[in-house]
Amino acid sequence: MDLIQLLVGGVATGCVYGLVALGFVLIYKATEGVNFAQGDMMMLGAFIALGLVNSDHLGLAFIPGVALAAVLMGGVGYGIDRFVVRQIFGQPQFALVILTIALGFVLRFIAGSIWGYSPLVLETPFAGRNLSMGGVNISLADIVTILVTALLTVALWGFFAYTRIGLAAQAASQNQMAAYIVGVPVRRINSIIWALSGMVATVAGVLYASKGAIDPNIGLLGIKAFAAAVIGGFGSLPGALLGGILIGVVEPLAARYLPGGFSQMSPYIIMLAVLVTRPNGLFAQMHAKKV
Amino acid sequence: MKVIFKTSYDRDIDLHKDGWARARIVALVAVMAALPFLVGEYYLAEATNTLIWALAGMGLMLLVGHSGQVSLGHAAFLAIGAYTDTALMNAGLPFVVTFPAAALAAGLFGALVAIPAVRMSGIYLAIATLALFVIVEEMIIIAEPITGGVGGIMAPAIQIAGIDFDRYGQLDRFYWLCLAVVVAVTWAYANLLRSPTGRSFLAVRDSEVSARALGINVTRTRALAFGLSCAMTGLAGALMGHYIAFFNYELFSIFISINLLLVVTIGGLGFIQGAFFGAILITAVPQAITILRGVARDSLGVDIGGMPGLDTMLFAMILIGFIIYEPTGLYGRWLKIKAWVELFPLARRDMFRRQKSYLKTERQK
Amino acid sequence: MSLLEVEDLAIHFGGVKAVDGVSFAVAPGEVFSIIGPNGAGKSTIFNLISRIYAPTRGTIRFNGRDITGLQAHQVAPLGIARTFQNIELFDHSTVLDNLLMGRHVHRSTNFIQDMLFLPAVRRAERAHRHRVEEVMEFLELEAYREKMIAGLPYGVRKVVEIGRALAVGPELILLDEPASGLSVEESQDVAFWIEDMRRDMGLTVLMVEHDMRLVSQVSDRVLAVANGKPLAQGTPSQVQADPGVQAAYLGTEVAQ
Repeated sequence: MDLIQLLVGGVATGCVYGLVALGFVLIYKATEGVNFAQGDMMMLGAFIALGLVNSDHLGLAFIPGVALAAVLMGGVGYGIDRFVVRQIFGQPQFALVILTIALGFVLRFIAGSIWGYSPLVLETPFAGRNLSMGGVNISLADIVTILVTALLTVALWGFFAYTRIGLAAQAASQNQMAAYIVGVPVRRINSIIWALSGMVATVAGVLYASKGAIDPNIGLLGIKAFAAAVIGGFGSLPGALLGGILIGVVEPLAARYLPGGFSQMSPYIIMLAVLVTRPNGLFAQMHAKKV
Repeated sequence: MKVIFKTSYDRDIDLHKDGWARARIVALVAVMAALPFLVGEYYLAEATNTLIWALAGMGLMLLVGHSGQVSLGHAAFLAIGAYTDTALMNAGLPFVVTFPAAALAAGLFGALVAIPAVRMSGIYLAIATLALFVIVEEMIIIAEPITGGVGGIMAPAIQIAGIDFDRYGQLDRFYWLCLAVVVAVTWAYANLLRSPTGRSFLAVRDSEVSARALGINVTRTRALAFGLSCAMTGLAGALMGHYIAFFNYELFSIFISINLLLVVTIGGLGFIQGAFFGAILITAVPQAITILRGVARDSLGVDIGGMPGLDTMLFAMILIGFIIYEPTGLYGRWLKIKAWVELFPLARRDMFRRQKSYLKTERQK
Repeated sequence: MSLLEVEDLAIHFGGVKAVDGVSFAVAPGEVFSIIGPNGAGKSTIFNLISRIYAPTRGTIRFNGRDITGLQAHQVAPLGIARTFQNIELFDHSTVLDNLLMGRHVHRSTNFIQDMLFLPAVRRAERAHRHRVEEVMEFLELEAYREKMIAGLPYGVRKVVEIGRALAVGPELILLDEPASGLSVEESQDVAFWIEDMRRDMGLTVLMVEHDMRLVSQVSDRVLAVANGKPLAQGTPSQVQADPGVQAAYLGTEVAQ
């Protein structure tokens, strides 16, 4: 019985990892850059939502508050690309890695200066409530997390499959130069993708916050999300999500059945195993460079 | 600007381009060696710290700057060096054995890890090293009998041939020890770069496909670079353990890995000198902040001590600034200033304009 | 006996037959050219010989030895050097260092000796430099010796790449479109160098080229390919006169 609780909880946690991983993959697919600040964007998104929603702060209603937070984070993402990342266009990939790591520190400092470093709790309408079914207790927050993730995934899929911007972004991700030549505004598309991943990060952050307290260092969760993205193959959106869920499920199981310490290591051990056996992830999309 | 007429191949092979350059290096080392007589205890300790950071920086520089592989988890190798050295010393072995053993352990572990890792390119390797770091950190906590676990471990005082090099008792000797190690490693590193091994690293960094076509075994070369880099970092880790004297796994946090990246990037990727510039910066900035805090409190009545994370934030801003405006780092800036002075008044802005490079894609589509 | 024998070579990428059943043999001291329209599979043949790709079918023999199963880095030590169509130089090194990297197969010291810079290393370095200076003199690259590749004009880079391949000291040199993008004078230089390589250095040259003037000027024999399949083989004039070759060329030219 409690195995089911464990699994549902694992899937819900995995959804949060998966959403952060989705943010990485969005940016990677569009720009071939990896945003190491994605975890910190999630953290900032959670804090902005907290600042808008909590009764001792602005005290907006939950849904509009979160929506506004997502819009604000979209702006942050757009701004980061427009004013920072675009400056180093053409530099090696490595430069962006370091740049975004540094950006992560900046975001963490900003959040720490505004909201402090002690853990805070986001007030959600579904906090602490459980659903009981035949002796199984499942927290409402977990159910909401899974549902929202599913909805968001469908929405993203729709965005890429049907909207003009989504289609253009797909074209740009296939071949930036060709897209540029046929008149796709590649740079603006990149900024929009960054904005989008800021919004996804906010949703991930709010879902994360619904399950516990947050502090400026929760962005380090990004490392786990990386493992998720790698396991899924860096270029695949569904892969990222599945990778996240896999990690989310394995972690509590390892904590339960294996000696201490393994639970912390398990995501990375899985990831290294995937990297060694299938270097391009379970959903490979990389190709060798042409000479 | 001085023009050198080369009359033999040795002129090119030698480390320094002329006697003047060699004299300057000798003078620099002499001043460094005389430092214990020139400055007080506090600054000598800082200088020692800088040397250790420079050593670790050189380790990462070899990897990132010269073989083109990114590691986000180099703190793991610092930790392996520190724990190997300390644990073996606690088991009764002398420092002259444990110190090389630290390099060997870190180097072998690095090379071993590198063999699967080198098949991965850029971003995958970065993430794999990050994961490796987390795993090593957890291992340290689990291996409590050797590492002291969460509680930590005490590094014994160093003794070589009956002479004490205790970090607290004889700081000047400990400083000289570090200096000697740094000079030796720098020399070996410079030698490497002017020999076939160093060239094969650069070849693998710049074009794997033509490196292969020239008969370079890319996997072996990258694993060698990884191993040597980790060995250097392991040496730095051993010294860092003695410098801190009592440490646990927290000494080698993820922030140390990031700081190391900062050292090589801000210092100037691809130059040995860059590791030193970067190390100086990273040890000087916290000092500057402390002084600044004092000034702000005394004269302005503002207490900025209450803002934790300020120095990390400052590092981050410096890093962002360098990546955007001076990707060649402090050393690159230094070269430009030197050229400007030498050519004065003929230097023009355009001379240093960056070559616009276009997005090099790894995907083929 | 032939120096290089290629037999029934084929590689398929998914459903695309990039090379399909190509056979040819290059005699020692010969200049052999492969021609064909864009996308005919010429460079792919090179990439198969230098083992960047593994063939779907067929064998490649060099000096009578089957090299089909070797790894890419095991080819150069046998005496095969190559250039690349889109210039693959080490951009952040000097011309001198690029050529020295070509000496890798002749290295005699290991990394420990290198780190300590033992006298043996210095001796070997002198020998490498001596050889590299000869190559530089041959290709008239002295003026660029200490220039970074990144700042050099296209034509010079093409020559540096030939130099790097020569520094390997090969028996067989593969030139992938050595004259593409060069001016008339520059490609004339390339023609002379190819002549000299064969005559003075005793090299065998296998070349992929579009410039028919260069091909007919220097080649002993020519192989024409289209859509991965061999069309004709023979002397330059025989191949040019072949109706299949003319059709293939005219066809693509009309299509363009």
